[in-house]
Amino acid sequence: MRSLLNVAETRTAIALSERVHWIGALDPSLRSFDIILKTANGTTYNAYVVRGSAGVAVIDTVKANFAEEFFTRLESVADYHEITAVVLNHLEPDHTGALPELLRRAPQAKLYISYKAQRMLKGLLKVDTPFIPVNTGDTIDLGDRHLSILHTPYLHWPDTQCTYVEEEGILFSGDIFGCHFCDVRLFNDSVGDFRFSFEYYYAHIMRPFKVHVLDALALIEPLTLNTVAPAHGPVLRDHPRQYVERFRDLSIPRLRRENTDDKTLLIFYISSYGNTARMAEALYSGANEIEEVRVSLYDLAGGEIEPFVDLIEEADAIALGTPTINGDATKPMWDLLSSLVVVNMQGKLGAAFGSYGWSGEAVPMLEDRMRGLKLRVPVPGLRVKLIPTDEELAACRQFGRRLAEVLTARHKAEVLEFEDL
Amino acid sequence: MRAKLTFQDIQVAVNVPAGTRVIEVSEKVGSAIMYGCREGDCGTCLMEVMSGMENLSTPSVLEDKVLRENMAGKRYRLACQAQVLGDVTVGPA
Repeated sequence: MRSLLNVAETRTAIALSERVHWIGALDPSLRSFDIILKTANGTTYNAYVVRGSAGVAVIDTVKANFAEEFFTRLESVADYHEITAVVLNHLEPDHTGALPELLRRAPQAKLYISYKAQRMLKGLLKVDTPFIPVNTGDTIDLGDRHLSILHTPYLHWPDTQCTYVEEEGILFSGDIFGCHFCDVRLFNDSVGDFRFSFEYYYAHIMRPFKVHVLDALALIEPLTLNTVAPAHGPVLRDHPRQYVERFRDLSIPRLRRENTDDKTLLIFYISSYGNTARMAEALYSGANEIEEVRVSLYDLAGGEIEPFVDLIEEADAIALGTPTINGDATKPMWDLLSSLVVVNMQGKLGAAFGSYGWSGEAVPMLEDRMRGLKLRVPVPGLRVKLIPTDEELAACRQFGRRLAEVLTARHKAEVLEFEDL
Repeated sequence: MRAKLTFQDIQVAVNVPAGTRVIEVSEKVGSAIMYGCREGDCGTCLMEVMSGMENLSTPSVLEDKVLRENMAGKRYRLACQAQVLGDVTVGPA
């Protein structure tokens, strides 16, 4: 039978188990989170209380303007003098807004934060506050309940961590496995369909940190998981492991690439009179001369940005070609570059080329942007004034060949000169 | 005077003028060392020094404090602060 729970109608704590309660807040009218995320039905700020025989712990707090709801729920299950520990899984203000007041009301409580969060705490509170830095392997003793810390950095800040209660099989996962979805029924087996929100949150918050997701999963997967209790969105008590498995699926390539030892080079171009297109084709044929490099050629005008971003995420190198129009690169190329913020570009190779009429600023602009995205730009960009000659097309082929050579040489130790970078 | 700065994670070595900070090179060659504030405050650019620790500049009082706060072991430095004075091999922490 469906749950009749309506969290909005109460100001009491909601039981996850006899000893663990949700004391968060609902924010149903929020429509944009941190500028970058749309929130079609709002979000929740989830905080929790764990009661042990020798102490009470509060896990995370809420955004400052929801503090009253948080404190009212907290007071329904614990007195302030009972609180022995406050654990912050993540210091972003939507989880720490009620912290100063909580510490004022429970001055005896010890504050536990990730060892990576120490300077952030100072930046948030602006006053020296005593705290205990913790790392994987540290435990907080509440008598017959114990909180174990899992250090899970960069998901999605350097300080993020998870807190696990072994006796309950409950993982307080911070922003990991969270999503912006507000539903008064709170639990994943009762709320509306939030699968889109779960994947959307991953795509915008976790995706740039896939390597760190896999590190975190290595710590989380061996645990007994009765419930995963994230800091936003539904509490995952029904089949929680499927959400863990989904994170693994989302963090590994979808289709295994053929010839996995080969390096991949993607060439994207946009062209108004066909000149930059001819340069791209010459570059493509030059790069194809090098074995062990798999080269692909795409006209930006013929595709949507999103699948191109997916391709780039798994590529080893990109070469971007655009004409210069009014002293700038073209909008489709900037749109592609500005969409790459959701994937990790560090360590890939980049190159730029293009035809121009007057001045040709686009190529160095693209190179600067790629360096800003932490790509390495090892071969100086190639510009051609208006229509490429046969010699210039030969130079484009050479450019492609050189790029592919640099790409394959990265297998071996390479010694570069600082001045050539 | 020049020194060889090697990034173990990407197997790339760079000959740099003595005194160059690791951050000036690592982003250009694409090492996975991560950066935050870039001014010795946040500790994000913690890196592991595989060899040649003695060939890096001595940590400043500020860097020392950040290293301690990050519980960094003896093999670790901040890439935005450490200057290369001789051959050294580094990688992400």
